[in-house]
Amino acid sequence: MSSVRIVHEPADKVRDIYTWSKSAKAEVKKILAKYPKDQSRSAVIPLLHLAQREFDGWLPTKLMNLVAETLDMPYIRVYEVATFYTMFNLAPVGKYHVQVCTNCACMIRGSDKILEAVEKLTGAKAGESSADEMFTVSEVECLGACVNAPMMQVNDHYYTDLDAESAKEVLTALKEGKTPKVGSQVKEAS
Amino acid sequence: MTLQHTPLSYEDRIFKNLDGSGDWSIKGYQERGGYDGLKKILTTDTVEIIDTLKQSALRGRGGAGFPTGLKWSFMPKPTKERPTYLVCNADEGEPGTCKDRDILRNDPHTLVEGMIVGCYTLGAKTGYIYIRGEYYDEANRLQAAIDEAYEAGLLGKDILGTGVCVDLHIHLGAGAYICGEETALLESLEGKKGQPRLKPPFPAGFGLYGMPTTINNVETLAQVPPILKKGVKWWTQFGNPNNHGTKIFSISGSVNKPINIEAPMSITLKELIEHYAGGVIGGWDNLQAVIPGGSSTPMLSAENCQDAVMDFDSLMQYKTGLGTAAIVVMNKDVDLLRVMKRISGFYKHESCGQCSPCREGMGWIYQLMNDIYHGKADISDIDKLEDLTHRIDGHTICAFATGAIWPVQGTIRHFRHLMEQKVQPKKTASKAKTKKSA
Repeated sequence: MSSVRIVHEPADKVRDIYTWSKSAKAEVKKILAKYPKDQSRSAVIPLLHLAQREFDGWLPTKLMNLVAETLDMPYIRVYEVATFYTMFNLAPVGKYHVQVCTNCACMIRGSDKILEAVEKLTGAKAGESSADEMFTVSEVECLGACVNAPMMQVNDHYYTDLDAESAKEVLTALKEGKTPKVGSQVKEAS
Repeated sequence: MTLQHTPLSYEDRIFKNLDGSGDWSIKGYQERGGYDGLKKILTTDTVEIIDTLKQSALRGRGGAGFPTGLKWSFMPKPTKERPTYLVCNADEGEPGTCKDRDILRNDPHTLVEGMIVGCYTLGAKTGYIYIRGEYYDEANRLQAAIDEAYEAGLLGKDILGTGVCVDLHIHLGAGAYICGEETALLESLEGKKGQPRLKPPFPAGFGLYGMPTTINNVETLAQVPPILKKGVKWWTQFGNPNNHGTKIFSISGSVNKPINIEAPMSITLKELIEHYAGGVIGGWDNLQAVIPGGSSTPMLSAENCQDAVMDFDSLMQYKTGLGTAAIVVMNKDVDLLRVMKRISGFYKHESCGQCSPCREGMGWIYQLMNDIYHGKADISDIDKLEDLTHRIDGHTICAFATGAIWPVQGTIRHFRHLMEQKVQPKKTASKAKTKKSA
């Protein structure tokens, strides 16, 4: 188990020290206030999300340890949660994590073409990152936007009602540092 | 042939802003009549509220269709040592299902009001809303709505001067379909892997942190206040007995206008597809099959779709169910076996790994579906696949495995001929091989 983890953790991508910033500390406090005082373990998923968001978009062991120490939990309890849930990245990801849904509703409405367009534009196949580390591409399970299929999620946001062209436009905009419109990509009828 | 069409009036709709065309905020919700009469509900005897719900025959909208009033009646009165909790299941993940997302982002106050009423009725001072982690924007929208409700004195201490105290907290999941199973959800909320618990004890006796807990779907909770305000008679005018009310149907796949639409229960499938979803792409005659209630529910053949009535009990005659009312339409241009194989792949990916029949079985099922699809299987493998589904069913802690094998059984029931076409060449090839080696 531990050896597998180390293989996935390229040394040059792991920071020397992980500590919460001042704003993150305030966020931790806010999260802990949601749960009974003796149930701080409930905060482990929110804290792993926070950790991933604060530091590079993935969870090296050292960072999971920070979460464990913050919640006074055994390390293994944090590792088993982090490895169970697919949203926690156990290896480095690109600046933009492009997750293309290929489940039934999206497949029927052409997710093959979306994935193909995404792979072509980023130069990364599903499960890989682009050479410039800008994009990581994943094929994911149903993201629950089936009446707006096909769709993809990039980092926190949904881009729905896609076709190959609009999917490429979204990613090109992100690549150029722009902020594409979140949500439906259907052009408003003029 | 004229198709019967009975649209739901604006007045009768619970989710008046489901399509997002109006204002989602508290101002818009109140203009649409939201929070009206809430004070009266919060001063009504809770036994009376539960009785009303029982009479309404409201059944859970999350897939299982368990009577809500009955579920609520299982809850003991809270004590200082044993507080009660209400947990909203917004871990929407059943492929095809996307109704809760639109409630959360377009009409979030319907849920907030439902949670207030639910917490009051169950004596819960704290309610948690467990939202799937991917719904980040939707969770932010709901949080904004919750903040508005606190601001307006609808949450927190002494709501509207009634002495009722309710706090609501959002908890984001992290990408595990199984957390939609209520006890897995509780485990996840407690900071563990989302692996279902053995039942009994049921959550009403031993739920979150070991305390009495009720878990309800987003849509179910949002429907409670309107039932209490407008009455049982209003609610039961919709739908067949024991299946009453309105329901959001998510119609996706091969239709001209995929849509989330609130309609009366017991509406026909054909009316939903033809009137609300713009019809089947290529016309009704181009219909191949329909998944009626999310990926777990067995398919309806095109022939079934002609008369199928959409409610919990009616769909049983086709050996399927209403599930989450997520209708995935497949026309004849769809590679049906590929879609079903993809769905089996989903269940393989999402098995929590706790029970051997599921952990191992999901992999075998996917492998067989894959082999059949790619023509690598023998004809006997279809029977082997069916036999396997029966060996898995009922031998696991939760209903996940049942939900995973149903679509496979439905495929074999209606589309065995497609599978046989795929495996046929292999059969002769393998026979020839056997002869040679003999």
